[in-house]
Amino acid sequence: MRETISFKLNDKPTRLTLDGERMLLWALRSELSLTGTKFGCGEGCCGVCTVLVNNEAVRSCQFPVKDVKGKEVITIEGLANNGNFHPLQKAFIKHNALQCGFCTPGMILNAYSLLLKNPQPTHKEILQGMEENLCRCASYARIVMAIKTAAKEMKRGGNR
Amino acid sequence: MKKDDYMDLDFSDIEAHFPLDRREFIKLFGGGIVILVSLTDAEALLQQRRRRFRPELPEDFNAFLRIGEDGRVSCFTGKVELGQGIITSLAQMLADELEVSLDSVDMVMGDTDLCPWDMGTFGSMSTRFFGPPLREAAAKARAVLMELAAEHLQTPLSKLKAKDGVIFDKTQNKNQVTYAQLTKGKKIAKKLERKATLKPLSEFTIIGKPVSRTDAAEKVTGKAVFAGDIRLPGMLYARILRPPSHGAKIKSVDTSAAEKIKEVRVVKDEDFIAVLHKHPDEAEKALSKVKAQYDLPEAKVDDKTIFDHLLKVAPERETVAQGGNLQTGEKLSAHIVEETYLNSYVAHAPTETHTAIAKIEGNKATVWASTQRPFGAKEEVAEALGFPSKDVRIIPPFVGGGFGGKNQNRQAVEAARLAKLTGKPVQVAWTRAEEFFYDTFRPAAVVKIKSGIKDTGKIFLWDYTVYFAGERGSQQFYDIPHHRTASTGGGWRGTPGSHPFGTGAWRAPSNNTNTFARESQIDIMALRAGIDPLEFRLKNLKDKRMIGVLTTAAEKFGWTKSKAGNGRGYGISLGIDSGTYVAHMAEVEVDKKGAVQVKRVVCAQDMGLVINPEGAKMQMEGCITMGLGYALTEEIRFKGGEIFDLNFDTYEIPRFSWLPKIETVLIDAKDSPHQGGGEPAIICMGAVVANAIYDAVGARLFQLPMTPERIRAEMP
Ligand code: FES
Ligand code: FES
Repeated sequence: MRETISFKLNDKPTRLTLDGERMLLWALRSELSLTGTKFGCGEGCCGVCTVLVNNEAVRSCQFPVKDVKGKEVITIEGLANNGNFHPLQKAFIKHNALQCGFCTPGMILNAYSLLLKNPQPTHKEILQGMEENLCRCASYARIVMAIKTAAKEMKRGGNR
Repeated sequence: MKKDDYMDLDFSDIEAHFPLDRREFIKLFGGGIVILVSLTDAEALLQQRRRRFRPELPEDFNAFLRIGEDGRVSCFTGKVELGQGIITSLAQMLADELEVSLDSVDMVMGDTDLCPWDMGTFGSMSTRFFGPPLREAAAKARAVLMELAAEHLQTPLSKLKAKDGVIFDKTQNKNQVTYAQLTKGKKIAKKLERKATLKPLSEFTIIGKPVSRTDAAEKVTGKAVFAGDIRLPGMLYARILRPPSHGAKIKSVDTSAAEKIKEVRVVKDEDFIAVLHKHPDEAEKALSKVKAQYDLPEAKVDDKTIFDHLLKVAPERETVAQGGNLQTGEKLSAHIVEETYLNSYVAHAPTETHTAIAKIEGNKATVWASTQRPFGAKEEVAEALGFPSKDVRIIPPFVGGGFGGKNQNRQAVEAARLAKLTGKPVQVAWTRAEEFFYDTFRPAAVVKIKSGIKDTGKIFLWDYTVYFAGERGSQQFYDIPHHRTASTGGGWRGTPGSHPFGTGAWRAPSNNTNTFARESQIDIMALRAGIDPLEFRLKNLKDKRMIGVLTTAAEKFGWTKSKAGNGRGYGISLGIDSGTYVAHMAEVEVDKKGAVQVKRVVCAQDMGLVINPEGAKMQMEGCITMGLGYALTEEIRFKGGEIFDLNFDTYEIPRFSWLPKIETVLIDAKDSPHQGGGEPAIICMGAVVANAIYDAVGARLFQLPMTPERIRAEMP
C-alpha cells in the first residue's frame, strides 16, 4: 500500500511516498540514490546493508521502510559531521581496516551502535558485537584494532 | 624450483573468449609479433601463447601516464582495484620513478578506452609484470622531462635534479621549472633517444615505504563508487529468470502475471527472460510472478560421489616435473607412505555480487562492471551485441572483492543485451543465490601421493599426482633424489563432463589443494621417522629462500617440539606461489566435538623487493583469515547441477570470532625482483591447520574442509 512516510535522514527531514512494505535498503539506494549502504545477501546474513535507526544498527534489507516513520536514520553518508570524520572513520583509515571496502559502511555503523551501548568494549565483546557482519576480504584483525582506537578517542571526548 | 619457473602462470587456462585470427592478433598486439603467428615449431607456439597473454605493452610512455596542467599525474593501468591495494602500490612505483609526490597521482584503472590493454587482474601479477613496464615508462618520462627542462632552463642536464614534480638547477635552486609548465597538459611528444635507467634501490623514497591505502577516505564515507552505485537517467533494474539447476532446460514459461504489474517490462529473447523495473526490489517482486517449468537432467554426482567420478573421468596424466628413478627411490626407502587427499568445491563469495550497468548510445556501448577482466569483458560484450569491439567500452569502478570469481563477465553481457533489447540503460546486480549458482567454484580435486623415507629421515621417493586442481604449486621443493609430479584434469576449469557446473581460478588456484596434500604428507612422514616436523623439513630442504622463511617463522613462533593429544596443537606448512615463499606456523585448540579454534598464526613471507610493506601485510592477514574458511567450513553441497548452498546461512565463511592472533614477517630481500603478494599466504592454511589438529587430538584429516564431523570421525 502506498503511503507517505516522514522521517529524519542524516539530520534532514525526509518524506517518501511509496509502498511501506518495501525494504529500507531499496528506498535508500534507489529512491534516494544514497548508495553508500550496500547490498550483499538480501537475507540478513552479511550486514553490509547496516544503517542506524534511532542509533540502533539494523539490517536495511530486512527493515520495512514503514518502520522508520518518525524516527531518525543515519547512513554512512551522514556519519561525518561537517566534513569532520567520525572517530571510527578516522580509525578505519589509520589502521587500513579495509580492503575492497564493500563491507566497510556496514562495519562502521555496526561498530557505532556497539560503542554507543558499550563505550569501552573488551576484545571479546568487540568480536561478539561484530560477529554477524561479514568481510570476505577478511580485514577482521584491523577492524578490531580500529574499533579499539575509536573507543579510546571517543572516551577522550572526540565523539564527532 | 628454478628461480624463473613461473609455472603458476599457466595461461592456457585463461580462455580467450574471442577467436584470434591473424588480423585481430595484429590489431591487438601491434605489428611487432606478426612473425610468430606463421611459425609452427613448438617453441614459437609457446612464445606465441605467452605473448598472447603477455602482449608487448605500448612502447610510448604516454600510454601509462599523463601530467595535467595542474601538475596532477594520471596513471593508466588495465589492472583493477579489488581490495588488494594496487591502487596504492602502483601509484608508489610511478611516483618514485617519475619523482612526483604520491598524493599527486590519480589512478585510472581498467577503463578500456583509456588504459593500455591488460589480460586481467589475477595471478598476483600486477606488481610483478605490470610494475616493471610502469616503472620504465615513468623513468622514460622523467628522462624526457629532464631533457625538456635542460632546453627550457638553458642548463646542462648534469646540473639538473627532479623532485616532487619540479626540475631545478642543483647549483641554483631558483632556476626551476615544473613538470606541468613543461607539458602544459599535453601529451609529451618528445621521444627518448637513449635508454632510461630505473632508479637504484638506494634512491627509492616511496617504493618500499609503508603507505596507507589511498582509497580509504572514499571507502569509509560511502563515496567510493562500485558498479551498482551508478545511476543513469531512465535506467532500469533487471532480474533474470534462472533455472533451478545447471543443465535444466526450460519447457514452458508464463509471464502474464508479471506483465500486468504497472511499469514492469518483460523481455524474452529465447531462453533469456528478464523483468525490468525502475526499482530493483519491484523487479524482484515481478520475477516471482513468472512461472516456468523445466526439464531437469538426471543428477549423476553429488558432493560425496564426486571424487570417485573425477578419478574415473580423469584423462591421462601429464608429467610436470621429474628426476631420478621412482623404482630406485622405492627400493631405497625404509618406509613408504601412500595417501589420498580430497578437496571439496569452494565458492569465491565476494561481498559484492556480480554487477553491471550498460548503456547504449548510437553505436557505442558503455558498461560499468565489477570485473577482474575488463578487456575480456569488452570482447565478450562486443560479441553478444554484434558490435565491433572498438565500440564497446568497459569501465570497472571499485570492485567489491573478486578472488578469481570476477574473471567471469556473464553479468556484463546480460546487462548489455538487455540495454540493447530495451533501449534503456540497464543494471544487472546478481542476488546472493545467483552469485553462488553461477560461481566458477574452486574445483573439487584429488591428490595421490606415494612417498618414501630412509631411516635417517631423508626423503628418497616422491610420486605425486594431482587430479583436477591444476598444476600451480604442485611441484615439491624438497631435496628428493627420485621424484615425479604429474597433473591431470585440464587445470582448474576441468575437462568436458568432469564438473557438473562451472569451475575456475580461486585465489592462488591449484596451490591451496596442492599445498594441503604435500605438507600433510610431509608431516605424516616426519611422524613415521620419529622426527619433529620442523627438523624433518630442515633435514630435507636445500632451497635457501625456503630455509630462510622457515627458520624465520620458527623463531617468531617460538617453535618447540610438538606434542600430540592435549587438545592444543602446533602445525607447520610451507609453500611457493607467484614467485613468493611462505612459511606458516599455527596453534589450534580442538574440543571433544571436533570444533577447531585457531589461536595463533605466524607467517614469514619472502616476496623479493616489497613495494608497500603495509599493503603486503594487509594481504597476508587477509589470506590467513580467509584461508581458515576453506580449511574448516567452506564446501559447496550439491546434487547434479543443483546447488544447495546459496547464501551465507549455510555456506559459512570466516567471522570475527574465528580471528586468531596473526603475526606476519616480511623477509628483507630487496635485491630480488618484487613478486606476487595477494595470494601466497593463503596456500598453507589447509595444511598448517591439518597438521596442528593432528598434533592436538591425533586426528589426521585427508579432506578439506575439516569439519567437526570429519574430525570426530578421525579421532583416536
Ligand atoms: S544485504 Fe542485508 S544483511 Fe546482507
Ligand atoms: S573489505 Fe572487502 S568485504 Fe570487507
